[in-house]
Amino acid sequence: MNYILGAFKPACHISITFSDGKSRKQVPLKKENGQTVMVPLFQSQENISGKISIEPVSGKKVEHNGIKVELLGQIVRELDVPGEIYERKTYPFEFSTVEMPYETYNGVNVRLRYILKVTISRGYAGSIVEYQDFVVRNYGPPPSINNSIKMEVGIEDCLHIEFEYNKSKYHLKDVIIGKIYFLLVRIKIKNMDLEIRRRESTGSGANTHVETETLAKFELMDGAPVRGESIPIRLFLSPYELTPTYRNINNKFSVKYYLNLVLVDEEDRRYFKQQEITMFRLGETS
Amino acid sequence: MMIADGIEDEEKWLAEGIAGIQHNAFYLHRAVESNNLREALKYSAQLLSELRTSRLSPHKYYELYMRAFDELRRLEMFFKDEDRHGCSVVDLYELVQHAGNVLPRLYLLCTVGSVYIKSKEAPAKDVLKDLVEMCRSVQHPIRGLFLRSYLAQISRDKLPDIGSEYEGDGDTVMDAVDFVLQNFTEMNKLWVRMQHQGPIRVKEKLDKERSKLRDLVGKNLHVLSQVEGVDLEIYKDTVLPRVLEQVVNCKDELAQYYLMDCIIQVFPDEYHLQTLETLLGAFPQLQPAVDIKTVLSQLMDRLSNYAASSAEVLPEFLQVEAFAKLSNAIGKVIEAQVEMPVVGAISLYVSLLTFALRVHSDRLDYVDQVLGACVKKLSGSPKLEDNKATKQVVALLTAPLEKYNDIDTALTLSNYPRVMDHLDAGTNKIMAMVLIQSIMKYNTCVSTAEKVDVLFELIKGLIKDIDGTLADELDEEDFKEEQNSVARLVHMLYNDDPEEMLQIICTVRKHIMAGGPKRLPFTVPPLVFSALKLVRRLQGLDGEVAGEEVPATPRKIFQLLNQIIEALSNVPSPELALRLYLQCAEAANDCDLEPVAYEFFTQAFVLYEEEVADSKAQVTSIHLIIGTLQRMNAFGVENRDTLTHKATGYSAKLLKKPDQCRAVYACSHLFWVDDQDGIKDGERVLLCLKRSLRIANAAQQMANVTRGTGGPVTLFVEILNKYLYFFEKGNPQITSAAIQGLIELIKTEMQSDTATPDPASDAFFACTLRYIEFQKQKGGAMGEKYDSIRI
Repeated sequence: MNYILGAFKPACHISITFSDGKSRKQVPLKKENGQTVMVPLFQSQENISGKISIEPVSGKKVEHNGIKVELLGQIVRELDVPGEIYERKTYPFEFSTVEMPYETYNGVNVRLRYILKVTISRGYAGSIVEYQDFVVRNYGPPPSINNSIKMEVGIEDCLHIEFEYNKSKYHLKDVIIGKIYFLLVRIKIKNMDLEIRRRESTGSGANTHVETETLAKFELMDGAPVRGESIPIRLFLSPYELTPTYRNINNKFSVKYYLNLVLVDEEDRRYFKQQEITMFRLGETS
Repeated sequence: MMIADGIEDEEKWLAEGIAGIQHNAFYLHRAVESNNLREALKYSAQLLSELRTSRLSPHKYYELYMRAFDELRRLEMFFKDEDRHGCSVVDLYELVQHAGNVLPRLYLLCTVGSVYIKSKEAPAKDVLKDLVEMCRSVQHPIRGLFLRSYLAQISRDKLPDIGSEYEGDGDTVMDAVDFVLQNFTEMNKLWVRMQHQGPIRVKEKLDKERSKLRDLVGKNLHVLSQVEGVDLEIYKDTVLPRVLEQVVNCKDELAQYYLMDCIIQVFPDEYHLQTLETLLGAFPQLQPAVDIKTVLSQLMDRLSNYAASSAEVLPEFLQVEAFAKLSNAIGKVIEAQVEMPVVGAISLYVSLLTFALRVHSDRLDYVDQVLGACVKKLSGSPKLEDNKATKQVVALLTAPLEKYNDIDTALTLSNYPRVMDHLDAGTNKIMAMVLIQSIMKYNTCVSTAEKVDVLFELIKGLIKDIDGTLADELDEEDFKEEQNSVARLVHMLYNDDPEEMLQIICTVRKHIMAGGPKRLPFTVPPLVFSALKLVRRLQGLDGEVAGEEVPATPRKIFQLLNQIIEALSNVPSPELALRLYLQCAEAANDCDLEPVAYEFFTQAFVLYEEEVADSKAQVTSIHLIIGTLQRMNAFGVENRDTLTHKATGYSAKLLKKPDQCRAVYACSHLFWVDDQDGIKDGERVLLCLKRSLRIANAAQQMANVTRGTGGPVTLFVEILNKYLYFFEKGNPQITSAAIQGLIELIKTEMQSDTATPDPASDAFFACTLRYIEFQKQKGGAMGEKYDSIRI
């Protein structure tokens, strides 16, 4: 733990291990400082259990007023009554069937984290704290209704197109299949892209703050089509870091996804049509 | 864009593109060597991004493409080797589709697709279908064309063709055909669209650039033609209709012309023959500016070659009624393309005619039919002015001649003269010359009066003045050449049957008599000799055929000849007429027709008296008369006397003394014919010689008076030679004493003060003396005869 280095040498070393730490899936998590670390993955209703070892730096003792572990924001478990630790001491812990309805999320303006926090309370010397992030992902069944998106749009006497995406709901490793059919082309189109945009809104009411990111820019067409041309769409979603769509999570934030079809003409004017798609996490294969 | 910035900039951009490719290729090679798939994909996509440029002309773009192509070949090898990159081909097929830019993505997809088909983990047709569909994403004409060309290239050896390893399990040749046809259609669309690219540029330049890319499109048709499984059935039901549909619908003249030509060139002739109706059906639907005639001509040429290749295929032509279909199609094209210049229509007919001649050489009616169609087309317009068109008409008319090597055939074509009527006078003449040359070349004998009549009708441009032609427009040399050809032609008209031959002669006469004064001197002589030849033939027959009704008798022919030559004397061409009369006289003599011969001589003398005024011509004529008369043996004494008397009389009346002298001594031969029963009148011989000697003397004196010098002694020496001749022949009137006297005379003359030294006559005399000496030495009877002469 870097921030403890320097003037204050830690009095002890705390390590948190999970019971099934070796077999549990690890996923990358980007931390606030930009570093990516591998952390264990859980889903809602799972037991979160493991051991916490506290090992004083050799020859020192750690006097404390009690040790606890918290699943941050929710549950606290007392691990020890006040006392002294002379040598390595290990405390098992377990939070059973924890309700974790929201997934870990790392957005622009909002982060949803799950953290185990171990606190060794001390008097004047100040508490010793250790954190362990983990990730929660929840899987659902595929949506029972999944219509295609089909739409005709255009600018009068200038450009008329009809586009079709095979679904309105895509899982994270899905493929978007579709086509764009040109009904009328009176402008000189240079190229056409399909963008995946993520809209993250935080706060509520007048304080709502919206942030939009373009996560993917995929060139669909090169050159100017003529009337009657049909251009295929096949976009694999797996290369992109997408999350499921989140709607009004804990009344704090929402994350929505859009497909943005952009046509650029030779004068670099952009013509676009944005359509929301729902992203979901498909079980098992993830 | 690229035009405005000039060629230098284009070079620069190309260099930049190549540098970009090389740079990325370096890292690509490294990635491949270290089996790093991720890096390989990254650098290959970057490398291929260089092909996204819009700044290069097709030519330069091709250079860039070829560089990228080479790199893709290496990459494909790497993709093939799963052990090296550890990614199954199915996964790889997805992986390359993650590329964000469409052009690199599709090049990579095609490359993996090639490996995918080879791996046989998916049916070839599915992969091919996917590739050809995905390539729609590139709509830029040049980039799209090259991409699809790449697809065509990598798929060529992977089509589910009959006998190919990719056939079977639901993969049929139809899938291969569908795939190629689709790629072809898309490529053609892109190619056609090229003309609308970028700012409006010079159309010519654009067309030129487009032309350079046409083979990319045509290659697909070539591939189709190479597909084993494309049998006649598939070609007829699928390939041709779909290709034609695209050709017609693209409405682009450049593409239509090229693709029609391409179809004709790449697919087997047998297929064309069996689908003629479909193929020809497309022609009237093409754009008006398409050079249909060239394409159709190509087709007909190919079909004729095919027909010529083996006799076995001919029934096929008959079965499908190839000629009727072609003829019909040409009619429709000409009808549909109102703007088509006459030359275009005619050249179509030329091709059709060539086809008919080569494929149906026995069907003269076809040939006539083509000519008839041509007449119909031509009759809509006045006489042809267009140089190219007339050339085509000449070609049209020449073709049957060359095919049949025989003018006879052409003469049976009813429309042949009608086509010729549409030629201007000049071309008509050229065509007439072609006809004659053909006859000469193949040594064709025109053997009936009827055909001769048709023939002369055809070549009437040469035979007579046609309205509107001014004589002075003609080049003298050309005119001579033409008329000489006609003269040669007359000799090619021949029939073994004397009656028919006479008819031929009469027919020719009828035509050439209209030729006018300039032509007759050329055309009459051959006719006269042709007639004389017939006379000789009849004379060779055993006596005269009994029965008065026979028209072909020498007598009758001589009458005709008389009239013919008379026409010539009116021209006037008296000297020529005179010669011909003498020829006739000789022939009549040989036929023992004394009165006829006498009549000809009379005509000759009349001409001499009335028409031959020039003294030199008189000299020549009189010698001819003497020479001919000398050989006459049919004359009775009286007639002969009359004629010889006339001849000697005219000889003595020539203008110049030396001419007189020579003609007179020549006359001596008229009285001494060195034949068994020839006339031998020694006295009159001597009279002639003496008379000539007198004239020679007179000439000498005249020379002394007028010029102060004696003339050369040549005349005396010549007379001496005559003396010697008759002396040797045994004329009793010629004595050695007379000879001796003449020798002395000559010697005296030569030594006289006034004598003009003349080496030629001196030599002549010396030779003569040497001859006498020689005869003396020879001994025998002749030696004895000469013995008394002393030199």
